[in-house]
Amino acid sequence: MDFFKRETRINFMAYRLHAAIFTALLVAAALAFLVFRGLNLGLDFTGGTLVEVGYPQAVDLAEVRETLDAGGFDGAVVQTFGTARDILIRLGPDAGEGDALSNAVLAALQAANPEAELRRVEFVGPQIGEELAEKGGLALLYALGGILIYVAFRFEYRFAIGAVSAVLHDVIVTIGIFAGIGLQFDLTVLAALLAVIGYSLNDTIVVFDRIRENFIRMRKGTAVEVTDRSINQMLPRTLVTSLTTLLVLIALFTLGGELIRGFALALIIGVLVGTYSSIFVASSAALALGVSKEDLIPPPKEGEDLEEERP
Amino acid sequence: MNRYPLWKYLLLVLVIAAGSLYALPNLFGQDPALQISTADGLAPDTTAQERIAELLAAREIAVRGTEATDNHLLVRLRSNEAQVRAADELDVALGRDYTVALNLAPATPAWLRELGAEPMYLGLDLRGGVHFLMQVDMDAVVEQAVERYRDEFRRALREADLRYRDIRPQETGLDIAFIDEVTRDAALELLSADYLELAFEASESDQAATLSAEITEDELREIRNFAIEQNITTLRNRVNELGVAEPVIQRQGADRIVVQLPGVQDTARAKDIIGATATLEFRMVDEGNFPYFGDESEPVPPGTERFPERGGGFVLLEREVIITGEAITDAQSGIDTETGQSQVNIRLSGSGGGVMARVTGDRVGDHMAVVFKETELQARRVGDEVIREQVEVEEVINVARIQEQLGSRFRITGLDSSLEARNLALLLRAGSLAAPMQIVEERTIGPSLGQENIDQGMAAVLLGFALVVVFMAVYYKVFGLIANLALFANLILIVAVLSILQATLTLPGIAGIVLTVGMAVDANVLIFERIREELRAGSSTQQAIEGGYGKALSTIADANITTLIAALVLFAFGTGPVKGFAVTLSIGILSSMFTAILGTRAIVNFIYGGRRGVRLAI
Repeated sequence: MDFFKRETRINFMAYRLHAAIFTALLVAAALAFLVFRGLNLGLDFTGGTLVEVGYPQAVDLAEVRETLDAGGFDGAVVQTFGTARDILIRLGPDAGEGDALSNAVLAALQAANPEAELRRVEFVGPQIGEELAEKGGLALLYALGGILIYVAFRFEYRFAIGAVSAVLHDVIVTIGIFAGIGLQFDLTVLAALLAVIGYSLNDTIVVFDRIRENFIRMRKGTAVEVTDRSINQMLPRTLVTSLTTLLVLIALFTLGGELIRGFALALIIGVLVGTYSSIFVASSAALALGVSKEDLIPPPKEGEDLEEERP
Repeated sequence: MNRYPLWKYLLLVLVIAAGSLYALPNLFGQDPALQISTADGLAPDTTAQERIAELLAAREIAVRGTEATDNHLLVRLRSNEAQVRAADELDVALGRDYTVALNLAPATPAWLRELGAEPMYLGLDLRGGVHFLMQVDMDAVVEQAVERYRDEFRRALREADLRYRDIRPQETGLDIAFIDEVTRDAALELLSADYLELAFEASESDQAATLSAEITEDELREIRNFAIEQNITTLRNRVNELGVAEPVIQRQGADRIVVQLPGVQDTARAKDIIGATATLEFRMVDEGNFPYFGDESEPVPPGTERFPERGGGFVLLEREVIITGEAITDAQSGIDTETGQSQVNIRLSGSGGGVMARVTGDRVGDHMAVVFKETELQARRVGDEVIREQVEVEEVINVARIQEQLGSRFRITGLDSSLEARNLALLLRAGSLAAPMQIVEERTIGPSLGQENIDQGMAAVLLGFALVVVFMAVYYKVFGLIANLALFANLILIVAVLSILQATLTLPGIAGIVLTVGMAVDANVLIFERIREELRAGSSTQQAIEGGYGKALSTIADANITTLIAALVLFAFGTGPVKGFAVTLSIGILSSMFTAILGTRAIVNFIYGGRRGVRLAI
């Protein structure tokens, strides 16, 4: 089977102005969500206590809330986790220390319904939360820095800027979507975000690689034509790889359990956004910065190989 | 022509065969087992082993096998019920000289274990358990040290009859104000000879001659290290009380300790024990009745108390407690340079040393005893049920003759072996935590949730794998099938490497594997699309294969190296779960390069390599 019997000829770069406007709007919207709604930060970053309790039958959340209110746990956030038999209780860092608190919560719940079973307790001290947030931010910065250097070294600085702006775009838009829908942002989502960086970059590099090759090989053609041709040539691969990755992510999202769901969703969003950005952000940025044939004169040896291979 | 040399085929076969071998133990599952060790953390001796076997046989509990290692005896059982029943029976019968811990032992066949093949280690989120991160209060540690020096200085100056105005504690040192310079200089001479770990500096201000003593950086580091090491020792002793198999107690960074207790279900009890303190008391022996030959039934003379001695027998001690373990600031085992015998060097806080000097001054020649008190969990049989309860245990761990008046630094000599000295030093230190600790992070995973996580993770891996495999086979026909083989080999290699490294498999780790499956196909997609391009451009089959693999290589390398950079950053900055994800992702990237490029090429060459003009099923 082959969806692409012959090479497609879509003038992607003809739409690059439209795409740029769309991208700008997207990023602006994401930033607006981040600023005005803010991220729904998970326990890992805020600190506090989280207690997961399982019941043999579905329970009424309102009842659980009442029980907790009566037990003096004001400000407890109660929600179901996956199924109605599983509930999640979250308490702020000022509610008390994790050890005593989780036992007290469980005791209060068991007094009301002896079948309540403790499934999971997480307590993160406030200083740990701050540290994790700081480390997470640093990790993002270092990853971007490392990538910038590698791409600049392997290709050219304009490509490096293009790649990094694509990656930044992906990160901002993905976090923006998380803020927009109010999904919880925790450590695993941060890990997913870093995986998105890797993935999106992968996509971008593959296209850049072909642009570089075509600049050398195609005697005629403007930079825009070369870029378009390269994106079209790589289109089957871009779509097939995105598809296989998405297939796996959908499996994770549906079957992987509640703990993995945020992680899978972040990656699904990231793969979609990353596929878009490697076409419309990375290449456009490199073009806008004025990448030309002369910038990509390869080391002589590689060039000889390519000439030989043309029949 | 696309031919691979024989050695490449051999390399592939070898790597995949070795991978399969080391991945194999993961298929065998685990036996419910008991891990039995003595109170000193050694394996029970052969007589005890026989007794255990007899006990289990008498209760008709079938045993699958027993193995003894250096520090425990592992008894494999046939079912979870048998495991719990056997644990109860043994707990009651063996008493407090042994700890019996529930464990899941890998059921890896012996021949595999001899090759060093072990299954992956499951993280807490998959097997259930408790994770604590404790923060040691380092400011308090330094404060205590400064406090100690202040007490010691006061006494030293008083004894030398050097008058001072006052001693003010600073952040990492002390300022002593003297009446005049002469006294100050005398004090400087006296103190700097005794305290090499301090940096002294003399200075003059308006009316006073001041001597400042700073704890040096090296010594500060030493003090902090000692505090954290001692806290770890104390925690380890307490965790041993819990009877947890494979506990992890590790230092993390400068001032944190990680405690992981797999399989612990009763977190409240875990916290009780970790928070419990063993205490030490120094008391004088009742000399009128020493050695003591009475037993438990006899009345004791007034003013004395009877304590059991470790190793059997009893000792009569005076009721008055000289000092408690809190006064001990350090205890190290060593060798007496004169006699060559083992000894323990003890250092007390200033006030503790003062009391010790006062009490022992006029009792040289008498005996002094160290009493160790702790709460232990003991099993008891009531009717048909086995009850576990916390019991206060007291025993005398050492009796020694006082040879001279003791101060804040003294030693216990005449110990039989260096092992005994080490144990005594450990016990002396175990009394209390060197520094206050606080739980800053806690994660508890119930065992049912752990199993659920494994099941869900496996289901996701299988479904994701199946979807990709079907898609590849449909989209790339024979080449798709070849890619699927590579994918399968990749999965085996990832599991094998994780098993060999004994890396901890966590839920995010499984996600990393799943993601690699999705991304590993990318290399093949790149190659196959390139081959299709070459074919469209009119290349012959052999040229298309050659060109496809050759030209895709640099693209694949670039793409994977960038992903690897991201994974390495994740590893460097991540903690726990994020690290697990980074490890599996990195391993996956590397192994996928091997299988997707070398592996598929070998098969493609094998099928199509020698034939001219054949149509590629791609």
